[in-house]
Amino acid sequence: MSDTALDVTGWTCPAPLRDRPRVVMGHGGGGALSAELVQHLFAPAFGGDVLAQLGDSAAVSLGGVRLAFSTDSYVVRPLFFPGGSIGDLAVNGTVNDLAMSGAEAEYLSCGFILEEGVEMSVVARVAEAMGAAARAAGVEVATGDTKVVEAGHGDGIYINTAGIGVIPDGVDLRPQRVVPGDVVIVSGEIGLHGVAIMSVREGLEFGVDVQSDCAALGGLVRSMLAVTPDLHVLRDPTRGGLAASLNEIAAASGTGVVIHEGRVPVPAAVANACAILGLDPLYVANEGKLVAFVPREHADAVLDAMRAHPLGRHAAVIGEAVDAHPGLVVARTALGGTRVVDLPIGEQLPRIC
Amino acid sequence: MKYIEEFQDPALARRLLDDIHATVTRPWALMEVCGGQTHTIIRHGIDQLLPELVELIHGPGCPVCVTPLEVIDKALEIASRPDVIFCSFGDMLRVPGTGRDLFQVRSEGGDVRVVYSPLDALRIAQENPKHQVVFFGIGFETTAPPNAMTVHQAKKLGIPNFSLLVSHVRVPPAIEAIMQSPSCRVQGFLAAGHVCSVMGVREYPELAARHRVPIVVTGFEPLDILEGVRRAVRQLERGEHTVDNAYARAVRPEGNPAALAMLEDVFEVTDRAWRGIGVIPDSGWRLSERYRDFDAEHRFSVTGINTREPAECRSGEVLQGLLKPHECEAFGTLCTPRSPLGATMVSSEGACAAYYLYRRLELGTVPAAATAPTAASAPLEASPVV
Repeated sequence: MSDTALDVTGWTCPAPLRDRPRVVMGHGGGGALSAELVQHLFAPAFGGDVLAQLGDSAAVSLGGVRLAFSTDSYVVRPLFFPGGSIGDLAVNGTVNDLAMSGAEAEYLSCGFILEEGVEMSVVARVAEAMGAAARAAGVEVATGDTKVVEAGHGDGIYINTAGIGVIPDGVDLRPQRVVPGDVVIVSGEIGLHGVAIMSVREGLEFGVDVQSDCAALGGLVRSMLAVTPDLHVLRDPTRGGLAASLNEIAAASGTGVVIHEGRVPVPAAVANACAILGLDPLYVANEGKLVAFVPREHADAVLDAMRAHPLGRHAAVIGEAVDAHPGLVVARTALGGTRVVDLPIGEQLPRIC
Repeated sequence: MKYIEEFQDPALARRLLDDIHATVTRPWALMEVCGGQTHTIIRHGIDQLLPELVELIHGPGCPVCVTPLEVIDKALEIASRPDVIFCSFGDMLRVPGTGRDLFQVRSEGGDVRVVYSPLDALRIAQENPKHQVVFFGIGFETTAPPNAMTVHQAKKLGIPNFSLLVSHVRVPPAIEAIMQSPSCRVQGFLAAGHVCSVMGVREYPELAARHRVPIVVTGFEPLDILEGVRRAVRQLERGEHTVDNAYARAVRPEGNPAALAMLEDVFEVTDRAWRGIGVIPDSGWRLSERYRDFDAEHRFSVTGINTREPAECRSGEVLQGLLKPHECEAFGTLCTPRSPLGATMVSSEGACAAYYLYRRLELGTVPAAATAPTAASAPLEASPVV
């Protein structure tokens, strides 16, 4: 089990990943380890200005048309959970990545990696769920691929989807547009997906009336852009939760972010599950929520539009972008104290006691 | 589950704070024993809201932090063996041993599994009779009873391929050791409520009397902490030093008889080394003679462990309340949750992690763009959810 020496030639950061000579699960967790892997290994290897933007989706121009282009892979366990399945996630996740650029998803690709031995009825249920989710989101699965790996080399079904959509004229959503004074709005109650998954995970099953919030957000974004195309940035806080999205925006924009803990909508069932497990709802995954940085003058109108949409009826202003502490996210606690809300390394683990 | 919001109520917190401000006339130093309490204090900014005269000193009550490096290294060695399935609570997987951690062992091919209960490990043993299944049994009086019960079950069911790597510690001897230290500044204790829910309070009156310190059994929500501080300060101002139970909704004076009986059956008291502190007499448990066959250290005869503590790490002083985390020169520079020197920076209950996680802004010692931690948010490496 000796370590192979790392060849750091050409890497952009001195001794990146120096303490991780091998891939660990946290490299896929959506937190600091994931960011490090992409920024210091993949991005330098691939080059290219588009990738360097590191958005949820890439904004590219083809034939004079601005397109959003995105891909994501889905390895959720279990395959079916309260409120959805890996099929719903595979469609909605990529649709939402495109929506965060302001684009309507038009076409998806779909790559299946199936494990030898998985029941055909399970594959069929997943495919049907994907079809239904695609129809609901108004997107067409236009191309795909299937591979089978030997038994024991997968968790039943992995899915990769990629999608493209057109970015409307006048829409320019990216963290670099955030300025101090922007209002931070979250579209609804957080933590539902992560808690729903944990509630059915082997070894951790607990009774809780929580369903995943898995949903396609294109319609909600459309209703927001109808109020003003001048939204500054949108993110869907999936892995790493709201905390990770806010940190990414703070870091990329160079502004500080202040949130008021008491204003963040956390359902009682999520708060209670997190309290028992020693987790922070800010770090728990969502699949049907977005966080928006909106110019102050448009904030009320955008909030009203969000609340008029079924997926935004619990939308709330939770904070603002500030001059102070650039790159940091700070929470004002309910008791009146303050704390830093950091980027997670990976994802959360229940505590020992 | 209505009990959480009630114990975070800002209006009630304000009243308790007002009462503490009105009561205190002199400087007092209180130690919260449990790392969970430390995180509540720092996460909610309670220390910022207390009178300057009341100083909270963070105690050694983080089970992950105090597990000796030698035991971590033994865990790494055992987990690396090809015939072993090594099971642990998630907290332990990122704690650095000498040069690596359990996540790294897993990435090198070791079968390391995160479980949420020791009984899960026992089930894995039943399902994998050709493998040796080892559960990493660490923690205070809170986690010891379920681990004891698991070994009891393994013996009763005759499961030969299960064993426990034990590093359990006991709180009262640690309090004794802290009070005996010549540099001790602690004048009162907030005792850990969950420990007392198992053990009761029978061990505390003698400690309180001998060292003339109030000991207030305290819970973990913000109002619990404030009530514990309020009662401790009130005693100190009056010159009293008794044991007071401010966590009566969970703690009975006699503790939990069933858990105590299980501990009595499976474990026996032993001297135990605490990481960063040293050996404290009678401060730990080991498997009793009847259960020695289930002791992983005996079963695997792990020898040749050569531990190397980073010379820069001062977590021992932090654990004894002699040093605030940010007073360590390595804090936030050489030592971050991303690349910790010591367990206090990586554990979900570690004081250094709490300061780094929540207090970087005020401390001003760590650049905003420093790679990030989490502690209360250690990585769920085994569980992609998206």
